[in-house]
Amino acid sequence: MAEYIIKNGHVFDPLQGIKGDKADVAIKDGKIVKDNEVSSKAKTIDAKGKTVMAGAVEIHAHIAGPKVNVGRIYRPEDKLFTYTPKKGNIRMAGGFSIPTTFKTGYEYAKMGYTTAMEAAMPPLFSRHVHEEIRDTPIIDEGAFPVFGNNWFVMEYLKNNEIENTAAYCAWLLRATKGYAIKLVNPGGTEAWAWGLNCLSVNDPVPYFDITPAEIIKGLIEANEYLGLPHSIHIHPNNLGNPGNFTTTLDTLKLAEGYKTKNKFGRDQVMHLTHTQFHSYGGENWGNFESKSKEIMDYVNKSKNITIDTGNVTLDETTTMTADGPFEHHLTELNHLKWANVDVELETAAGVVPYIYSPDIKVCAIQWAIGLELALMAKDASRCFITTDHPNAGPFTRYPRVIKWLMSAKAREAQIKAFKNSDKVIAATHIAGMDREISLYELAQMTRAGPAKSLGLSGMCGGLKPGMDADVVVYDFSPDKPVANPDQIEAAFSRAAHVFKSGVEVVTNGEVVNNGNKRTIWVNAKVKENPQVMRDIQEKFLKYYSVSQANYESLGHHIIPNPYAIEVDAMQ
Amino acid sequence: MTKTVTDVVCPFCGTLCDDLEVVVSDDGKQLTEVYNACVIGTEKFLHSQAKDRVTRPRLRQEDGSWKEITYDEAAEYTAQMLANAKKPLMYGWSSTNCEAQSMGHEIAEMVGACVDNTAAVCHGTTLIAVQDIGIPSCTLGEIKNRADRILFWGCNPAHAHPRHMSRYSIYPRGFFTGKGQKSRKMIVVDPRVTDTAKLADVHLQVEQGRDYELLNAFRVALNNEWLPEVVAGIPAEKIREAADLCKSGRFGIIFFGMGVTQTLSKNHNIDEAIALTKHLNEFTKFSIMPMRGHYNVTGSGEVLAWQFGFPYSVDLTRGFARYNPGDTSTIDLLARGEADAFFTIASDPGAHFPISCVKQIAKLPSVCIDPHQTPTSGISKLHVPVAFAGVEVGGNAYRMDNVPIDMRKVVDPPAGMLTDEEFLTKVRDRVKQLKRAG
Repeated sequence: MAEYIIKNGHVFDPLQGIKGDKADVAIKDGKIVKDNEVSSKAKTIDAKGKTVMAGAVEIHAHIAGPKVNVGRIYRPEDKLFTYTPKKGNIRMAGGFSIPTTFKTGYEYAKMGYTTAMEAAMPPLFSRHVHEEIRDTPIIDEGAFPVFGNNWFVMEYLKNNEIENTAAYCAWLLRATKGYAIKLVNPGGTEAWAWGLNCLSVNDPVPYFDITPAEIIKGLIEANEYLGLPHSIHIHPNNLGNPGNFTTTLDTLKLAEGYKTKNKFGRDQVMHLTHTQFHSYGGENWGNFESKSKEIMDYVNKSKNITIDTGNVTLDETTTMTADGPFEHHLTELNHLKWANVDVELETAAGVVPYIYSPDIKVCAIQWAIGLELALMAKDASRCFITTDHPNAGPFTRYPRVIKWLMSAKAREAQIKAFKNSDKVIAATHIAGMDREISLYELAQMTRAGPAKSLGLSGMCGGLKPGMDADVVVYDFSPDKPVANPDQIEAAFSRAAHVFKSGVEVVTNGEVVNNGNKRTIWVNAKVKENPQVMRDIQEKFLKYYSVSQANYESLGHHIIPNPYAIEVDAMQ
Repeated sequence: MTKTVTDVVCPFCGTLCDDLEVVVSDDGKQLTEVYNACVIGTEKFLHSQAKDRVTRPRLRQEDGSWKEITYDEAAEYTAQMLANAKKPLMYGWSSTNCEAQSMGHEIAEMVGACVDNTAAVCHGTTLIAVQDIGIPSCTLGEIKNRADRILFWGCNPAHAHPRHMSRYSIYPRGFFTGKGQKSRKMIVVDPRVTDTAKLADVHLQVEQGRDYELLNAFRVALNNEWLPEVVAGIPAEKIREAADLCKSGRFGIIFFGMGVTQTLSKNHNIDEAIALTKHLNEFTKFSIMPMRGHYNVTGSGEVLAWQFGFPYSVDLTRGFARYNPGDTSTIDLLARGEADAFFTIASDPGAHFPISCVKQIAKLPSVCIDPHQTPTSGISKLHVPVAFAGVEVGGNAYRMDNVPIDMRKVVDPPAGMLTDEEFLTKVRDRVKQLKRAG
């Protein structure tokens, strides 16, 4: 493999505490090495006056699988004016909020992202998710199967059977080649199968007679029993409703007293995702307001929690979530086309297009809340930037979000541009905030932080010798003052160089190589558990519509390049 | 000695049953018996054993006879045809696995082809309606476990999807439907007294072509508004009763087929059916699902969508993907005489397209990739027989509810035969060379 040495760049690597010092980064055999370990044949990349970081890590995006594809199928309009033709080995690619798989890989790579997690995999559809992941070039990907409305989980946890829950989780992760335990509107999505919902952590789930709080606590315990790389990853109840911040606080408080137990360097026991959608005050859309402060006060003092933001980007997009009742609520609100899929024994999903208009007060307040969360974070390594792609906006807008976070001037301009800017200012904290995220903090929020939260900090999100050579050079000089904030957006949109596992995949903002992407999954070994195996067999015999033998995601044609992270929970 | 392969997936219809048991000879070369499958599925498996099966590509000669050629020669012919055409059509895809579809799309992208699947003459109208209004749906296991109101609208599963009712929709005892058939009410809307209609609790014998009116009347009835005495041949009272029956259920589903998608009003029927489903969700839980025909037509739509963004009728001729049914759809392209080469795989347009389009295919340079001899292979210049997907090679397929199921190989294909994917890989590699040279 080619060797590289990236010289004289300003390196930002929170993992090693490097804060913009001039340093060289050397690459050999797909790994980062000390600069004296490369031969004289190493190709030199001149990064003088440029910013060098590890490849960014996406912790939460909906980029592969059945609901993403429903979005593609039912929104031909999303492709208008977006297509780029085939060029050499680079496939044609199109779509805006729900890009084709090829475009997904290419766009992430161009921005310097090299690892991404698909945030909600319905277990029954795991093959579909993996087929799309296979066709998404360059980036390493994992997928989180959803557990929060799973019949096995609810039945075991009703009797507080943590060991059985853990054994089942390990089995499902293996069967679906999944990465982590995801919860979406725990209990509420099962209730949706009857057209109902659970709007607080104490609403009982119909028939199963368990509460969301019990499901969440039980899955935290099962997760830590197994010692998985990532913590539970939760989309709590009551998403998107005015006044929902109390439900969010109730959810966060469930993590109190839990300590993590894992070998992957992870500190948190709960990751709260797209927090913006869960930080709302007011009783209705009229007096809707930001409660980012209340949420961040709690998060800042709780070391065992990480969050991501879910920034609204003010675009027309496509919302999609396993929170089935929420999407029904949304279609009743905006009257745009509604797709729904209820999945036997496991989950559901809904899809509705949405237009975040800067002329609508609520949308502008949502925009402010997302930014406030990041700007109020005391520890940038526990608060990550996402757009919950495509729910709050497409991931391709990350550079714009970064611009807003790094420049108070850019925020001010946007606030002024809102049609209802006075009302927006009154309902939020954004106008008074002058914090500007530094490049070091940015690297914490997009590299070191998410990698650590995912339990991958030995592999990616940093530039320590021995780690995968995922390296990005941005044409952005930390020395020079930024005259126009749009320079920030431009620099982070198209990286000067991107290396994925030592292969140069992007040069001057253009994709030059399809890379050698991997599918990352977690293989947790547990003690033999005949009861769980018998229960699984019984459910397949009686209630599933496929046979157990046809459930597992297996084989080169589905997952050509798997990378298993081994977890030993045998003791 | 024989051995039995279990959990075999049936590559016939969109029901994609995965509980078949197939008995094969010890050397894995012969398939002797099929259990659990319906009569059509059984035939599909047994047909692979036909003694008169064509096992090598055949090229049509001037005098109308066939000449046997090698797969390499066939790949050369196919690659030349596609690479030299200005607007080749690559049609079919619905009875092969997703891996072959994927490989075909790579070729299509290189040669700038129009790619279309059998939805063009089937549920394409459904897809158009879904693009208008969305679709609330669910997996078939949800029906089995929860549904107590089942509507079959313009479809006849007793014949077209023979195991649908026993596996998923009417007879099974699910988690919340322990009494099986007794816990369900079945409504059939069909102008004919079909074998499905005979089983129904309520049969609404709609006047032919009046489905839109009846669907609309259902919605009026849901709102308890005024209705004329008779709509679409059904007395208002009967419509109100049926609407109340839907409303009173805990979980309902509308299954629909060609009777509404390809009759008068086409996509507008489906638009209204989906609007009705959405409307019913204001009272109870309701879903709707197209009864997809070919076992992997759904998969073709899925793969096209994640690779190009559109589920059928995708035009790649301009170097980027366009979608405009009526303009980029196969029938229309043939009818207007725009295509200059025709490639068929895993489907039989010769038997199902309008005769004017079939005649057009016969005039063009054409390749038909199909394990069977079909009307399409009969009018094609080159027939490439391949292994039976789902019998002689595995691969992924998508059930009518979009659930992916990996098919199983149960026997070897006759010696020397290629699979769809293997043959297409040869074509792809050759096209790559031609394009590089050109």
